[in-house]
Amino acid sequence: MTIANDWQTIATIVACGVVTLLARASFVIWHTKLSVPPWFTRSLKFVAAAVLPALVMPEVLFRGAVAGDVLNYYRIIAAVLALAVAWRTRHLLATLVVGMMALWVLQWLKLF
Amino acid sequence: MQAPHSSTRAAFFSGVRDQAPIILGMLPFGMIAGAAPVASGMDPWLAMAMNIIIYAGAAQLAAISLMAQHVPMPIVVATALVVNLRFVMYSAALAPYFAKLSTSRKWLFSYLITDHGFALLTAKYKSDAAPELIEGYYGGVTFTMWTTWQMAVVLGILLGTKVPPSWSLDFTIPLVFLALVMPSLTTRAHWCAAGAASVMAIFTQSMPLKLGLITAAVVGIIVGTLLDARNEKLLAKDSHKGAQK
Repeated sequence: MTIANDWQTIATIVACGVVTLLARASFVIWHTKLSVPPWFTRSLKFVAAAVLPALVMPEVLFRGAVAGDVLNYYRIIAAVLALAVAWRTRHLLATLVVGMMALWVLQWLKLF
Repeated sequence: MQAPHSSTRAAFFSGVRDQAPIILGMLPFGMIAGAAPVASGMDPWLAMAMNIIIYAGAAQLAAISLMAQHVPMPIVVATALVVNLRFVMYSAALAPYFAKLSTSRKWLFSYLITDHGFALLTAKYKSDAAPELIEGYYGGVTFTMWTTWQMAVVLGILLGTKVPPSWSLDFTIPLVFLALVMPSLTTRAHWCAAGAASVMAIFTQSMPLKLGLITAAVVGIIVGTLLDARNEKLLAKDSHKGAQK
């Protein structure tokens, strides 16, 4: 599970940079030419709320599962604790500290 | 000529001051944007270049995770685009603010759009404020954000090369997303969008090429949008009834 330092990685980074810049420049540069349907504007409000959980789920549930298991229980427990902290405090550093500490303790204890 | 110059400068420094308290919260995010790619085997210089070229933490973390799993390039790029679609919304809101600026300045200011930069500028000024004030203030905010972000990235890169894989540093990626999603869950429709995307992400896990991620995100967006449209219709109906009485 490593990233190769080849032309393909470089091309991917550049392409990601281009689409990101185009998203940012879209209306600032072409506002006179761009007209989008109302449903599109409405849907943009939900991008963060939908995309971020979709990114979290596979990372937490399945990534790096212990051999023989489908789910990664250590990560699930650590993520639930971190979620509680994020919900209560909305604090990035607190969420990171609790989540990582929980994962390290579970990995160190190897209870199950 | 003296007056606009000095007001631009004053606006610049008030932008720096307003951005300053936000930096502390962003430091760990920037460090992870530097540490995560290096921990996944990316060359430190390439990781640095990535942060300058893309300059969008959430999209970068998503891309790093996919690249480490050898997902084909078009899917990585499409995922980054979906994560960054919110910038289209910011771009639309900021367009009237930047309308009077030169084209090169528009491109520079577009590149520098961040969640906080957008929030600070739109809170501080109306779009018909003097262009030199907008330029100064937004310049101060984004200059501070960009330089401190890149410094945090350098710190993260230095750290990432020293941390062994057994520390599971890649787990910081979903943790950052967990903290980022909370402020966006403002209405019932937003919670439903998040819930639908989460459930779909589990069921689409076995889809080839990590396409489940985009599928789940799109389903979540559709659910939120439909609920939002329905709520608005109900509200409109209610107010219509009220007017008839």
